Amino acid sequence: MIGADAIVKCLEAEGVKEVFGYPGVAICPFYNSILDSDIRPILVRTEQNAAHAASGVARMTGRPGVCAVTSGPGATNVITGIATAFADSIPLICITGQVNSELLGSDVFQEADIYGAVESFVKYSYLIKNVNDIPRVFKEAFYIANSGRKGPVLIDIPIDIQNAPIPKFKYPESVSLSTYKPTVKGNIVQIRKVIKELEKAKRPIICAGGGILLSEAQDVLRTFATNHNIPVVTTMMGIGVMPTNHPLYYGMVGNNGKPYANRAMNEADLVIMAGARVADRAISQPDLITKDKILVHIDVDPAEIGKNAGPTIPIVGDAKHIFEDFLAEELSADYCDWINVLNEYKSAMAIIRKPDANYVDPECFIRKLTEKMEDNAVYVADVGQNQIWSCAYAQIKSGKFLTSGGMGTMGYSIPAAIGAKVAAPNRQVVAVCGDGSFQMSMMELATMIQHGIQVKIVIFKNNYLGMVRQYQHFSYQDKYSVVDLSGSPDFSKLSESYHIPFIRLEDMSSCDATIDAFLKEDTSMILECNIDPMDLV
Amino acid sequence: MQKKVFQIIVNNTSGVLSRISGLFSRRGYNVESITAGTTTDDGITRITIVASGDLEALEQIEKQLAKLEDVLTIKELKPDESVYRELILLKVKVLPQDRQSVMSVADIFRAKIIDVAPESLIIELTGNQQKIDAFISLLEGYEILEQARTGIAGLGRGTEHILYRE
Repeated sequence: MIGADAIVKCLEAEGVKEVFGYPGVAICPFYNSILDSDIRPILVRTEQNAAHAASGVARMTGRPGVCAVTSGPGATNVITGIATAFADSIPLICITGQVNSELLGSDVFQEADIYGAVESFVKYSYLIKNVNDIPRVFKEAFYIANSGRKGPVLIDIPIDIQNAPIPKFKYPESVSLSTYKPTVKGNIVQIRKVIKELEKAKRPIICAGGGILLSEAQDVLRTFATNHNIPVVTTMMGIGVMPTNHPLYYGMVGNNGKPYANRAMNEADLVIMAGARVADRAISQPDLITKDKILVHIDVDPAEIGKNAGPTIPIVGDAKHIFEDFLAEELSADYCDWINVLNEYKSAMAIIRKPDANYVDPECFIRKLTEKMEDNAVYVADVGQNQIWSCAYAQIKSGKFLTSGGMGTMGYSIPAAIGAKVAAPNRQVVAVCGDGSFQMSMMELATMIQHGIQVKIVIFKNNYLGMVRQYQHFSYQDKYSVVDLSGSPDFSKLSESYHIPFIRLEDMSSCDATIDAFLKEDTSMILECNIDPMDLV
Repeated sequence: MQKKVFQIIVNNTSGVLSRISGLFSRRGYNVESITAGTTTDDGITRITIVASGDLEALEQIEKQLAKLEDVLTIKELKPDESVYRELILLKVKVLPQDRQSVMSVADIFRAKIIDVAPESLIIELTGNQQKIDAFISLLEGYEILEQARTGIAGLGRGTEHILYRE
């Protein structure tokens, strides 16, 4: 057995089913060994997308997604994918091949110091210099990636280490890391304090972030909110914690959120921030949520607490455990008046768009699309105006909503959808992107075809980088710079060359029939929507 | 394996220490100690690095460090033309009946007792590495609870000196 065989054995021991990647000489021993296992190697068309696809797997399964690329440019290409996962606390294992360890530091062909380069975007990283370290490093890496605040871990392995004989392989049963011990249980004194404050509160609200989904706390949070009639809003990463039509759900907060959700946050007298980092996109004025109100901040990462807003009651721990503890406590309170007020806001402050009938209205289209999608479908939103529309109008039932929230990486949706479909082949997966973000990842159509991965893709085509155009409209008085997308290919011909069925929707007149045709069968399909180039979010 | 002491004069910018230590990790060089502090010029920092490796590696270290944008000068501090000093703090477990004998050892080395507790002492010693190593080996019979070493600082002998700015 050699190092490369040991790596594959480690992945098998962790229950890894697929590895996304792109080979090169420095990772060839690994890609040779993987053929002797049941793990499915999936060739993507550029390395960044290997990390995004692994992110899709992680978000569907709750286990780290795995990608493996070669040294030098392979490794540097994957950095944006790693940074995207880091910003959203998605667990990944990124394996990078490296030049011969004897040659490290001598600038030989395809050498890049990836271990140093990703330092600020990974939770942890390893450079393996002894083949016998492989089992321990992988055990630690999977544990670190998927515990506490989750995140990407990079393992850089020189080719001679992959080829070195390993005398005996034993995958460790446990890890012992004296410097890393994440807190799981919340402090019961703090938990009881929150219950006491909830009894006094008149206008409580729960703001749920992506951490709720990462700790799989959505069911218990929903039960807690329903039992006590507490309204819930979410951040962008928290979309899906509540079904969109839940009577206690008041939408997404933030500068692109629902006005009534923001008003609810501002007028609340007690805010439970759970698994959210109070970043600028969700909470533009952190001082507002601490002024005249009690802020309870629940996070698994102690460094998040107090970073952007000083909480009255901090609770460090895993959200699922903490909400289970909340549920176990007695609480008698009545927030009916507050709910009535919020319902009034909700009907009074709804935004009414005035769409141009010559185009597809994103709001109406997304509502219809998501209503027709299967209950447990996966909606993957890209970045741009399309993301804001998706966040605002997608009706999520028991399915999932995936997007790049923290980093806002264009091109995320197609590779992430590929990963999601590979991890959950029986679920409907729809990626919604703009014509800008589509062109950042359209090479992955080949990945879908090659590996038989059925992903449905919606392209909002407005021939502009719409989000930036909108910014230039407001900030530079319509002086547009470098946002025109002319030169784009004919997407119908592009689809044809990949043998992917294509439909174009010009306006709303045939919307229902078109969506029905688009969703009818579990096959890959591209639906292009003609969007008003001057539309604003 | 050889050992060399380098004095590096750098711009006092944020991140300069990380650029230098990053170079060592990236190229796989061994560093034994690294100290940094301001000079008579606020904008200039002096870093003293003790590096080890074969002669080729040490030559590369010097060249690669010299190439960094923030490095003004790098110069080897050769043992016979320089003075080196290191400061060490040792917390030693000493019962009252042994205190006197430890203090007399400290005296011989011109070390100072800077804290006395009922069952421990903190000793401060400044010297070159050989002296410090010799002192530690004399304390072998005692339990050293904690030790803090600063790493080497050094200067070239004589009037000749490094100009911080041209």
